[in-house]
Amino acid sequence: MSNWLILPVLVPLIAGIVALFFPKHVTAQRTWAFITSLILIGVNIFLLTYILSNGIMTLELGGWEAPFGIVLVGDSLAVLLTTTTALVALPIIYFSFSTIGVEREKYYYYAFFQFLISGVSGAFLTGDIFNLFVCFEVLLLASYALIGHGGTKTQLKESFNYVIVNVVSSAFFVIGVAYLYAVTGTLNMAQLSERVGEAGSEPIITVIAILFLIVFGLKGALFPLYFWLPGSYSVPPTAIGAIFAALLTKVGIYSIFRTYSVIFNEDTAITHTILLVLSAVTMIIGVIGAIAYRDVKLILVYNVIVAVGFILFGVASLNSDAFVGAIYYLLHDIVIKAALFLIIGALITAAGTSKLSGMGGMIKHHPLLTWMFFIAALALAGVPPLGGFPGKLMLVVGGAEAGHYIVVAVMMVASLLVLYSVIRIFLQGFLGEPMLTHAEQHGSIKAQMPPIVFLVALSAFMGFGAEIMYPFVESAAETLVNPRAYVEAVLGGNS
Amino acid sequence: MKYNDIILQTVTKFISFLIFLFAVYIFFNGHQEPGGGFIGGLMTSAVLVLLLLAFDMETVRRALPIDYKLMTAIGLVFAVGTGVGSFFFSVPFLSQTFGYFHFPVLGELELTTTLAFDLGVYLVVIGTAMTIIQTIGEDK
Repeated sequence: MSNWLILPVLVPLIAGIVALFFPKHVTAQRTWAFITSLILIGVNIFLLTYILSNGIMTLELGGWEAPFGIVLVGDSLAVLLTTTTALVALPIIYFSFSTIGVEREKYYYYAFFQFLISGVSGAFLTGDIFNLFVCFEVLLLASYALIGHGGTKTQLKESFNYVIVNVVSSAFFVIGVAYLYAVTGTLNMAQLSERVGEAGSEPIITVIAILFLIVFGLKGALFPLYFWLPGSYSVPPTAIGAIFAALLTKVGIYSIFRTYSVIFNEDTAITHTILLVLSAVTMIIGVIGAIAYRDVKLILVYNVIVAVGFILFGVASLNSDAFVGAIYYLLHDIVIKAALFLIIGALITAAGTSKLSGMGGMIKHHPLLTWMFFIAALALAGVPPLGGFPGKLMLVVGGAEAGHYIVVAVMMVASLLVLYSVIRIFLQGFLGEPMLTHAEQHGSIKAQMPPIVFLVALSAFMGFGAEIMYPFVESAAETLVNPRAYVEAVLGGNS
Repeated sequence: MKYNDIILQTVTKFISFLIFLFAVYIFFNGHQEPGGGFIGGLMTSAVLVLLLLAFDMETVRRALPIDYKLMTAIGLVFAVGTGVGSFFFSVPFLSQTFGYFHFPVLGELELTTTLAFDLGVYLVVIGTAMTIIQTIGEDK
């Protein structure tokens, strides 16, 4: 039974491998990608319900026992995230059918996509910090391929930056892992939690914690390490940008969640204060970018950065309410960023430009798209009862409990400005004077609507169905607040 | 400009077989001792690169008409397949087992399921290395 835990990694991996055998048969590629993503969703939902009723699930790969071998740990946080990943992958794959272009599809697009999903799921599930690095590399390699895929000039330019930044941060990652191993003698996260606890407040632990913050901050686009993100997320085709914005920074954030709650939870005075300040500055910088730009893609990309600040504020507050909020917001942000990127992609297809000044009056020909965008925009800003609201509410509650009133205030202002930045797209791009007649539209977006509707509905469900979601999220937060349960599940003899 | 590479070509014809044999030896030597699919694969791709250097791309392609991308895919099937096998025996993923078998000529030998995994790695390494080198080499 515990073998099931590998499936969120294995299904996309096998799907990707099989897709390598018939690259030129585009229809077969599409069907295969679609079917396997459906299977992936099924597997994940099954795992999620299983874990909720039976507690944390572990899998010792190859039968090697926990502190020595590699373990996969499926607690609710990890499996909630893999489930959301699968739920987002399916609509983005569907969206790719009509937007990515046959040339890209023939050159292993779906295979790379599946490998990316495999790496992301692996990073969420692993219980071993070196394996976390390996999964990072898997997803990064796939993302290097995707970001330059098609090889247009701007793509290659930005992919160069992207590769350099990530290679450097990966090098730091390995250095951090080596330090950690030198100090504690283990790489298993559960055992690390124990050993770091015994080491107490040694300064070297704080140094390592900061090193990891730099690494994950680079991957997760935390201030001041976000500089690579706007370029590299806005140049590739929308479907690729959507999967990057929905998932890649989230893996970095998830790693901060894990390391800062399970491992570095002893001496929080320095590390969590730094995290608090950085998260506040990230919100401010992100929102300034979101307001300043007049290009719809860039407005969204800067909103990705704002969300990073919001979520990490929850980690910095370090109490149960804040964690619930952060996890809720994280899950919803995966969905809503994917939704908004796809909507903007459809908008750009119709308008033929990504400049806000070149659009107008889209509501006349695309009423459904317009209202989808309106709902998604409100959900992003956290207007009740939509999806962004429960997360933001709990973040505010948790932040206030921890006494971080100033950052809470910053967050409120930032939320309003986020709303302003997206409503501006609504007012100018969707309402306003129509720029194009129906005949002048640059492309049909009919085929792009189903995934958008699906994602917006999912986001709405996260708001209206907050009651249903809450036990899942609460049990996910439980392992973060009280890592004992996590440690016992891994090391405590249920092998 | 025409290079006079008769020495390189002659030596290559001879030495590439030696390197390849050594690569195979290293490949089978793995598991208990230094060696295995990764180094074996790298060494084999070194042979192929040597051939590419001594002769030209067309000649090598005619001599060895291999689609290296397909080779990578087949290797992945082997590597992942050994992991998937664990589902049918209800043991943890990636578990391995071994046994002793008697072969004519060679005698008693240890065979492990890891060998199949390693064969996958071997193919993936050659496939990837050669795909990269051919892609760079073709670019004029």
